[in-house]
Amino acid sequence: MTAHPPPAARRGRSRGAVVPLAAVGVLIAGAALTGCGQQRDPGVYTVMNSSTDESYHRWDAEAMARCSKQLGVTIEQQSVPAAQVMTKALRMASSKSLPDIIQFDASEMPTFADAGGLVDLKSLGLSTDDIPQGIVNFGSYKGTYYGAARSVNTLALFYNKDLLDEAGVRVPTTWAELRAAAKKLTQGKRYGLALSAGGAEDGVFQFTPFMWSNGGDETELDSPQVAEALDYWKDLLKDGSLSKSTVNWTQADVNDQFMAGNAAMMINGPWQVETLNTDKSLHWEIAQIPVPEAGDDSVGPLGGAILTVPNTGDEARERTAGKIVACLSSQKEQLTYALNSWMVPANSKAAAAWREKVPELDALADQVAVARSRTAKLGAGWSSVSLALQSAFQSALTGQSSEAALKLAQQRATSGN
Amino acid sequence: MTTSTASTVTAPASARGPATATAPDPARQRRRRRLAQWGFVAPAVVFMLLFFGYPLVRNVVMSFQHYTPKTFFTGESPFNGGDNWSKVFRDALFGKALWHTLVFTAGSLLGQFCIGLALAVFFNRRFPLGGVLRSLILLPWLVPMVVSGIVWRRILDQDTGVLNSFLDTIGLGGHTPWLTSPDMALLSVILVNIWIGIPFNMVILYGGLQEIPKELYEAASLDGASGWRTFRSITLPMLKPVITVVLVLGFMSTVKILDLILALTDGGPADSTQTLGTLTYQNSFVQLDFGAGAVVGNVLILISAVFAVFYLRANRTEGK
Repeated sequence: MTAHPPPAARRGRSRGAVVPLAAVGVLIAGAALTGCGQQRDPGVYTVMNSSTDESYHRWDAEAMARCSKQLGVTIEQQSVPAAQVMTKALRMASSKSLPDIIQFDASEMPTFADAGGLVDLKSLGLSTDDIPQGIVNFGSYKGTYYGAARSVNTLALFYNKDLLDEAGVRVPTTWAELRAAAKKLTQGKRYGLALSAGGAEDGVFQFTPFMWSNGGDETELDSPQVAEALDYWKDLLKDGSLSKSTVNWTQADVNDQFMAGNAAMMINGPWQVETLNTDKSLHWEIAQIPVPEAGDDSVGPLGGAILTVPNTGDEARERTAGKIVACLSSQKEQLTYALNSWMVPANSKAAAAWREKVPELDALADQVAVARSRTAKLGAGWSSVSLALQSAFQSALTGQSSEAALKLAQQRATSGN
Repeated sequence: MTTSTASTVTAPASARGPATATAPDPARQRRRRRLAQWGFVAPAVVFMLLFFGYPLVRNVVMSFQHYTPKTFFTGESPFNGGDNWSKVFRDALFGKALWHTLVFTAGSLLGQFCIGLALAVFFNRRFPLGGVLRSLILLPWLVPMVVSGIVWRRILDQDTGVLNSFLDTIGLGGHTPWLTSPDMALLSVILVNIWIGIPFNMVILYGGLQEIPKELYEAASLDGASGWRTFRSITLPMLKPVITVVLVLGFMSTVKILDLILALTDGGPADSTQTLGTLTYQNSFVQLDFGAGAVVGNVLILISAVFAVFYLRANRTEGK
């Protein structure tokens, strides 16, 4: 660098440049340091949720407007993609800028609660009267009620009525019937059944009703009951009743296949109903997911989001946040939300009113009543088990034996904790 | 500026004379010059330290810490020695992911580079519509990675995908399990990535080809060199610096692949397309075990660093 000294005229200019450069440096450093520390606006409360879809965002905005009028505060909605709620909330926690209310997917709540991030809703005056015990547990972690559900959902068997009638197939109720029906309904390019065995939470969600109805359990993935359930999926695939692409499908893909007529039946949830109803020529109905033997209980997974109050340390604000949660999850708001989103209200009185208005989803309401929460047994440990299970059923569906795949999964799940 | 030039022109001796007379201390002047030089370097250094140095050090430190969701509340992340490292290395998935990353990177680079080079040479001659075709080939580059991923996932669907329907109509079967068989999925992902990477390789190599003096080719043809001989003895050696750049940049962007795989297969089926990138993502953002995620991230950095050293070495010898 020193080999070519700059000419005399340039030297004078460079000296002058040092000062502004130094000033810019100081400014940048200053800006970097003052970015932290956010003042909360009194009277304005934020709710972070994952309602990025236009319709969900609107329904939530309307509900919040009603509650803000009732409580005399301003409620702002901040929607981020579902997959980012947790990481965003954690980042906000470390920068002490948590929103007043966070809507978590119920399966994520234990992780945040375990970190000490949530406030006991009962201490904020929320009651669990009229909420079925299963749904209270769904919003609880280690016995503390952290999350109020507005609505819950589960999986059911959706079928194309016209196709079943045409083939003379009765709605299946047992595994054997489902297998036979799926086989019979598989014709040409159309498969009898569509389900998601994708490598994400979707696939695990869909596997649980088969695992649980057969007496299997997430705490013991290498039990024969779980292997049997997985073998049942393998059999459906072997029969040709399921597409080989099943391992690559999300639940939304499954719905697309069903709507396109590529599948006569599907395992899916009520959040698809809005899309299904856009096609008027499609006559679908739902039934409970078939069980291993007649008389067995059909146990589905409980899904849905819950409203939580994060631990911000500001008790006055937390109390008001509790009131907002109470308003948003009140019987009346639950019914409105459930009717909009085709999900089942959490509150049993609201659910009874809902049943009368949406009789076509009766089977779903029955299924919800006995559905089970994924994190009830494992809490924050669910994510490791879920990842291990995804890998296992994908391996099994693509050739490995169910026993070997699940044995490995159990090892991975326990070493991950 | 004009006034000072004018003054030097009108009175050069008087302007320069006093200056040298009043500043007899060359050491001070040199010091000042050095200061000015550092002043110019400083913003870059500060930027690098802030945006590259800090995250890098943080990531290395984090890989030795028990860093969980609790940390975000308490700010406590106790050191746990090599626990994260041994946990990651003992996981069978890590070895798999490492192998997939290497295969994916090597396969992608090989495919992208060869096809890109062939196209660049092809478009280097002038022919009607050459310009239009060349710009059409750039299209994959303009499409966001996630969009390409989603579109290709549909194209490669085993039953309803366009590719299999096409293969079926021309009588080539059409039941290829592109993304649904663990034996095929990695290959399919590589093929899609090659498709995405061709334009970049072609553009840079085409630019390099344009720089090669035409006289060399004329001389070669006068000497009666064949097309292949010309390519090997003129094109390739003259293109060497550009080739290095293309391969290094390609390597850096390929080895850390995440978005494309998430959109195409989510690492499946049965973990057959897990790479170090998806593993970091899974550890950090699905399992929320940030320490383990940092370990895999560090391994990725290490691989890139080794490659960067080779690159710098190659560049230095080239300079000589």
